[in-house]
Amino acid sequence: MAARTSVARAVRQLSSTAAAARRPSPFMCQRWAAQASQQQRLFSVSAALREKKYTEDHEWIEMSSDGKTCTLGISTYAAKALGDVVYIELPQIEMDVSEGDAIGAVESVKSASDILTPVSGTVAEVNSELEEKPANINKDPEGAAWIAKITVAGEPGGKMMSAEEYAEFTEDG
Amino acid sequence: MASKKAVAVLRPAVNGCGVRLQRAELLQNTQYATRPLARQTPRPRKLAQLSQQHVRPASSAPAKEKASKTGLYELHSKYGAKFVPFGGYSMPVQYSDLSIIDSHNWTREKASLFDVGHMVQHHFSGPGAEAFLESITPSSLSSLPERQSTLSTLLHSTGGIVDDTVVTRLADKFYVVTNAGCREKDTAYFQAQLEAWKNAHPDQHVTWKILDGQGLIALQGPLSADILSRVLDDKSKKDLKSLYFGQCTAATITGTDAEVLVSRGGYTGEDGFEISIPSYATEAVTQFLLDSAKDDLRFAGLGARDTLRLEAGMCLYGHDLDDTTTPVEAGLSWIIGKDRRAKGGFHGDSVILQQLKKKSEGGGVSRRRVGLIVEGSPAREGAEIVDEAGEKIGTITSGCPSPTLKKNISMGYVKDGMHKAGTEVEVLVRGRKRKAVVTKMPFIPSKYFKQPANIKA
Repeated sequence: MAARTSVARAVRQLSSTAAAARRPSPFMCQRWAAQASQQQRLFSVSAALREKKYTEDHEWIEMSSDGKTCTLGISTYAAKALGDVVYIELPQIEMDVSEGDAIGAVESVKSASDILTPVSGTVAEVNSELEEKPANINKDPEGAAWIAKITVAGEPGGKMMSAEEYAEFTEDG
Repeated sequence: MASKKAVAVLRPAVNGCGVRLQRAELLQNTQYATRPLARQTPRPRKLAQLSQQHVRPASSAPAKEKASKTGLYELHSKYGAKFVPFGGYSMPVQYSDLSIIDSHNWTREKASLFDVGHMVQHHFSGPGAEAFLESITPSSLSSLPERQSTLSTLLHSTGGIVDDTVVTRLADKFYVVTNAGCREKDTAYFQAQLEAWKNAHPDQHVTWKILDGQGLIALQGPLSADILSRVLDDKSKKDLKSLYFGQCTAATITGTDAEVLVSRGGYTGEDGFEISIPSYATEAVTQFLLDSAKDDLRFAGLGARDTLRLEAGMCLYGHDLDDTTTPVEAGLSWIIGKDRRAKGGFHGDSVILQQLKKKSEGGGVSRRRVGLIVEGSPAREGAEIVDEAGEKIGTITSGCPSPTLKKNISMGYVKDGMHKAGTEVEVLVRGRKRKAVVTKMPFIPSKYFKQPANIKA
């Protein structure tokens, strides 16, 4: 199959934030690790996560108010760096996914990038409109052009950042 | 000349060069934006495991600590270039004023300027030059008129392609352009071949010179001739009118003593020119061109260069061609001269001439380069091509969404027999089968400025 890369990788190559993307951030990691170990809840996620969070791979997730479902998409920053998106491969509904899985892909002229889920669960819904109009992801990637909704089965893994932290993450370098 | 391809472009996504990489001596497979998962783990992977490759070089360039810069680096920066490592150089992949699609369309509608100064320009001269070059390529150089170019390939004794190249006959020498990504490999090859030539033909001396620092730019698009004539002196302007595809001429930039070599052809399928400029004048001439056509001419980078050449059906060495591929498999039999078919006398001739024979005479090849139009997702390098039964019948070597056709186009190799236009196959992208149809190349008609048949000598 074809070659792919994650959104993060593509972004790193297409923008000048290489240093930022690779920079370890021990403080954040520790904080999340601590939180995850304290709260081993399944099927519902802590309130702290209901705020929109971003991954280092340039995906975002936002929890529903009941904490059972999260909406996932790619960040505005990533959409901009990828350029003209020509095809989006969506996950299949009811597919079980594990944290870190590539659940879909974004194809621009220059690259194919995986969409990675930071959270395990089951795909509940996909934004089918993107199949017909992939370019929408360049218009409103953090709103109408969300990619999938996932019924969560645990806390997200890996480093999650607030909007402010993500802005800082993508700024320098 | 033929369309040269010379440049390697970069490409998007995919890479899939894993296997190839191991084969070639060196390699960095650069690519600017993606990585192939192709022969690696099929699915999820963590970013941390991704290698840090960036661009696809024309072939196998060893990773150097520091990328070289062409004489136009500062100018590119001024115009908002985003650089990627490519063939040992830091080269513009695109510029801030246009997206890759916009730049691609601009080239097809107006004209673009590409810096191809990373490519390697050579002169071969001396009494043995023609015979020497004929010993390592299948081209009929003895019948190549002065100031005429031809696409060619440097060959291994196995018939495999060392590099593809454009060879031009000038008054007293041959001008040869090879890929940047093959610089080290080609240099070693020429050294070894010249040494062997000298021992076998002590009386047929050959002098080989690499034109270090010489600039090379490609002006491509329907407005190219108009734009170029604006910067030439009157005599050169007149010469340009009868300069046809595949021909070249020395020209003088108006108001200066800068003499350049203008070759009509390129790597986009459009009318255009490749202009070889002395080092001291490269930046000034390039700026002059840009200033002379502010509304019509823009810089374009490797991103657009790759989508343009793929629509034009042209090969990128290291991807669509490699050391194991013969010209016949690659669909480049047309570069093999008529007299060469009869007499041979070039590296790999026994293999290549046998492949040219009819099947009934034991000829033919087992795989062929084809074009494909793929439904759904673009199929990029490394994707497997399968038949109805799911059996692997080939591999994609290049692919992208075509900005002009708005379809996914790919190039790849399939089993002989499955290569006819219209043959339906499937391509595996991210584990799913996608319908694909073998399609004639070029994917869009070429628009070269060809010599009218009635004027031909």
